[in-house]
Amino acid sequence: MNIDWPWPWLERNLDDIAEATGEHLFLALLPVLVGLAVSVPLGWAASRWRVARGILVPLAGVLYTIPSLALITLVPLALGTRIIDPLNVQVPLAIYTIALLVRSVSDALAAVPREVTAAATALGYRPVHQFLTVELPLAVPVIVAGLRVAVVSAMSLTAVGALVGIGGLGQLITEGFLRNNGVELVVAIALIVVLALVIDALLLLVGRAVTPWVRAQRGTGASA
Amino acid sequence: MIEFRDVTKQYPDGTVAVDGLDLTVEDGKITVFVGPSGCGKTTSLRMINRMIDPTGGSILLDGKDIRESDPPLLRRGIGYVIQHAGLFPHRTVLDNVATVPLLTGAGKRAARARAAELLELVGLPQEVARRYPPQLSGGQQQRVGVARALAADPPVLLMDEPFSAVDPVVRDDLQQQLLRLQSELDKTIVFVTHDIDEAIKIGDRVAVFRVGGRLAQYDTPSALLAKPADDFVSSFVGRDRGYRALGFLTATGVPVAPVATVPAGGEVARAREALVDGWAVVVDEERRPLGWVSAETLSQMDGSVDAEQLVSGGSLFEVDSTAGTAGSLRNALDAALSSPAAVGIAVDGRGAVVGGVTAQTVLAALADARRSGEVPG
Repeated sequence: MNIDWPWPWLERNLDDIAEATGEHLFLALLPVLVGLAVSVPLGWAASRWRVARGILVPLAGVLYTIPSLALITLVPLALGTRIIDPLNVQVPLAIYTIALLVRSVSDALAAVPREVTAAATALGYRPVHQFLTVELPLAVPVIVAGLRVAVVSAMSLTAVGALVGIGGLGQLITEGFLRNNGVELVVAIALIVVLALVIDALLLLVGRAVTPWVRAQRGTGASA
Repeated sequence: MIEFRDVTKQYPDGTVAVDGLDLTVEDGKITVFVGPSGCGKTTSLRMINRMIDPTGGSILLDGKDIRESDPPLLRRGIGYVIQHAGLFPHRTVLDNVATVPLLTGAGKRAARARAAELLELVGLPQEVARRYPPQLSGGQQQRVGVARALAADPPVLLMDEPFSAVDPVVRDDLQQQLLRLQSELDKTIVFVTHDIDEAIKIGDRVAVFRVGGRLAQYDTPSALLAKPADDFVSSFVGRDRGYRALGFLTATGVPVAPVATVPAGGEVARAREALVDGWAVVVDEERRPLGWVSAETLSQMDGSVDAEQLVSGGSLFEVDSTAGTAGSLRNALDAALSSPAAVGIAVDGRGAVVGGVTAQTVLAALADARRSGEVPG
C-alpha cells in the first residue's frame, strides 16, 4: 500500500473530504435523534406496563444482534427504497439506537423513586407535565450514557453504508481501498474516530451541564 | 371538614382495604389514623386527595363530594407530606418548596420568595435553600417536605407516615415542630402512623384501624387510653396505659411542698443542718437545681458544697404559679419516682426550684380528680 506524504492529496481533496464529513454526520446523527425521540415514549410505555416491557425489551435485544450489513441490505427490500437512498442506512441506525435506548430509558424511568412520583402526583402535577419535568429529567444521566454508546456506534456503522453505495466517510475508505490510496484510507478512518470522540465528549459535557444535581450529590458523598 | 361516608375500597383481586368507613375529620385539628399494616389507614388517607378512588361510598371536603373535583386541582389545595419526604432530587431545596405555587400560576420570583419564608418557618437555615435534597440529613429533608406541603397555604394537610424513617431523637424534634406549627397555622391535618405513641402524642383525635380496613375506635387520646373500646384497641394501645393516661391530666391540683435547698459553694456544716429527711437540693445563684446531697455525700466534701460531687437528680416538674398551670400528673409522678430523695423537684418557668412533690401527693391528687368526676374511673 502506498502512503505518500499526505499534504498534496489532502489539499486537492479538501472540499470532497469536507463534504463527505458533513454527509457522514448527517447520516449518523439524524437517525440517533429520531431513535431517541422514539425511544422515550417506548421506554416510558415499557416502564409503565409490564406487558409492554415484556415485548419491547426482548425485541430490542434481538434487533441489536442482527448484523449491520444484513440490516442494511434488508431494509431497502422492506421499505421499497431505491438502492442508494440514505434511508437504507439511516433506518437501520435508528433501529439500533432504539434497540439500545429503549431498555435504558425504561430502566431509568423505573428507577425513579416511588415516593418521588407519588409526591409529584399528590402535589397536583398533571401526568404529561409530571413526566416531562420530574421523571424524564431524573432519567437524563442514564439516557445520556446510552446516547453516547449509540452515537459512537452510529458513527462507525455509517461507514458500512459505503458498501451499499451511501456516501459519507465510508466512501473514502472504500475508494482509498480500491485506488490503493493509503492516505485517503487513514484520513477517513481518523476523521471517523476523532469525530466520534468529539461528539462523545460533547455529550458528556452537555449531560453534566443539564444535571447539576448529580455532581452536587457526589461532591458531598451524602446519601438519602 | 372531611367526611367519610360508608367508604369502601375493594381491589379487583377481592382484597378489601377499607370497609365501610364512617368518620368525620374536624377542621383545625390533628386527626391521626393509626393501626397495624394492612389496616387501610394509608389507603383512607390517599382517598382524600384522590390518589386512590373508593369503590363505594363518598368523601366530602367541606360538604362537596371530591369526585366532582379535577384531581390535580383538588391536590393543589391539599398539602401532602410523604414518608422519606419524596423530595425531587433534581431540584434545589428552594425549588422543591416552590413547586405548588409554581403549579398554581405564581411567578418564579414570587414562588421562590414564598419558599424562602417557609424554609424559615420550619426552622431551616437559609444556606440549605441552594442545596439538593440528597445533601441534607433525613430530618432536614422531612422539614423541607413539610415546607413544600405548606407552600400554597392549603387548609388541609395530609401526612403519610412522615416521621417514620428518621431516628427517635429527630422524630421527637419533628413532632414538637409540627405541634408548634399547628398552634400557629390551625390546619386540618390528617396524619397516618403505625406508632400508637406518636398518635397519642400529636393527635387531637385518633382513629384506630384494625386489619381489614375497619374502624375500631375514634376518640381523643386520653379516652383511648382510659376506655379502649375492645381487646384489639386495648392491646394495640399497649402497656403502661394507666401511667401514660396521666400525661393527659394536668397536675394543678398537686400541692407543692417546700423543699430543702442549699447553695452550691456554701459551707458543708450549714448544708448538713439544712437536710430534710436526709436530703437537700443544691441550687445555683438563680435557684436552678444542680443535684442532690445527702449526709453521706456531704461527708466526702471538705469545707464547701462541691457542685462536681452531687447525686444527680430526677426529671423536673414544671409549675407556673402565676398562670396557675402545671405539667401533667405523669410529669409530676415521674419527677417523684426518678428522684434519689423520692421528692420530685418542681421548677417555675425560668427553671428555679419552687418546691417538691411526692408520689403520695400525686396519687392523692389523682384520687381527688377521680372523685370529682374529672377523670373517667
